[in-house]
Amino acid sequence: MLLRRVVITGVGTISPFGRGVASLMDGLLAGKSGVVELPALAEITGMRTRVAALATGVEAMEIPRKFRRSMSNMSIFATLAAQDAVAMAGLAPEQLGSGRLGVSIGSTTGSPQTMEEFFREFNADHSLERMKSTLFFHIMNHSCASNVAQALGVTGRVLAPAAACSTSTHAIGYGAEMIGLGKQDFMLCGGADEFHPLTSGTFDIINAASAGFNDTPHQTPRPFDLRRDGIVCGEGSGILLLESLDSALARGAEILAELTGFATNSDPGSIANPDAACIAQCMRLALADAGIEAGAVDYVNAHATATEQGDIAECAAIAEVFGADTPVSSLKGHLGHTMAASGALELAACVEMLRRGVLVPTLNLDEVDPACACVLHQREVAQRRIDTLIKNNFALGGVNSSIILRRYV
Amino acid sequence: MTDQEIVAKINSSLAEEFEYDLAAMTPETTLFEDMGLDSLDVVDLVIVLETAFSMKVREEEAIRKIRTLGDIHDFVIAKKRQLEGDR
Repeated sequence: MLLRRVVITGVGTISPFGRGVASLMDGLLAGKSGVVELPALAEITGMRTRVAALATGVEAMEIPRKFRRSMSNMSIFATLAAQDAVAMAGLAPEQLGSGRLGVSIGSTTGSPQTMEEFFREFNADHSLERMKSTLFFHIMNHSCASNVAQALGVTGRVLAPAAACSTSTHAIGYGAEMIGLGKQDFMLCGGADEFHPLTSGTFDIINAASAGFNDTPHQTPRPFDLRRDGIVCGEGSGILLLESLDSALARGAEILAELTGFATNSDPGSIANPDAACIAQCMRLALADAGIEAGAVDYVNAHATATEQGDIAECAAIAEVFGADTPVSSLKGHLGHTMAASGALELAACVEMLRRGVLVPTLNLDEVDPACACVLHQREVAQRRIDTLIKNNFALGGVNSSIILRRYV
Repeated sequence: MTDQEIVAKINSSLAEEFEYDLAAMTPETTLFEDMGLDSLDVVDLVIVLETAFSMKVREEEAIRKIRTLGDIHDFVIAKKRQLEGDR
């Protein structure tokens, strides 16, 4: 339970639908797919998937060279999204450097692209003589968090959680707890990842990457669908500005939503396979953190990546906790799996769903897998008042996480 | 390679690396104040020069005294001449 109320006053996104929450929502509500064929993947021996969801609308040159030199793509995504979140919240430069604003932004790893470039050069002749001075700043695990703090002049805390697909949910949850404890008044929270064949390869190796729709990329991934065949990796960034309610009220900020609950737990049963009971427990912990019953939740934004086991386990858990009458959808069908960005990107869309009173359905869900039929799947765009929603993310490594948002009243 | 060609290659290489206006580069242009470089950039500046002119200069004492573009021009021209003389 948060000791101080925490609200969201700014959102920034870089997604396969471009820059900004407006373009993100336009794409989601229009039922667009951000997935494209990536022919270069076919040149990798053993890589069966050839699809990915790449970020668009990224103008890296907007960032001055002094800051950009230490950034790989993931930090560029995070910085642009953070700038937009700050602008939406109307924070002044003196507030950025007040010490009351911190950063909590993670990625799955440091830059895989820069890592590849380093080892390609290094392995050629075991020489360091051609290595640029800023290499380390691309590959350190807190690259996104530090680069955002540097570029925006943030002087508060810097935190860089890393838990693969749960990364940005963790980043947001821990950021909220810092505000809740009074350690910071504002936190820029979220995650970012850049596409690299290593990511797709990780899932392809364990038979969890989609490879059956390479010629029709917009038809995959297919969360909960009978013909789903795995994850489509993506990239981007989602950044939310969290703020204490007192601070937001004092400066007259527009409050977009209230974050009332966060929970995370570990599933030691398997490092790769999710467990329904563990997921259900995570969601119950989040409900308890928010101080509400399951019946108060109007919508479940599922993690659902379109894997065989993950979708079934999550549906079983949702059915156990919420029954069969609460609408459920996953945004992976539109956005692919943007990894460390997914929690924050999807939560940014959830904020908009709350504000607009609209539900985004699961894309590519044509025929529900009978094993996933135990919940109420949102199949089309629907106008519906949402007062409270829960957002899930689950990661390889056995890390579950859930966040609860509420309409601010 | 003439001295003029060396100067032109230095300027274009540094303009590209540090996104600086080529037209604004004169021998009097200072690296730190005018071009806004810092200690990290100096590391990369050396790599740019080494790559452009296929030579090793990182350990040269003279490189630590460089303050202007003109200093770089003089340093590289002298180094090229020295290497040519060694052949």
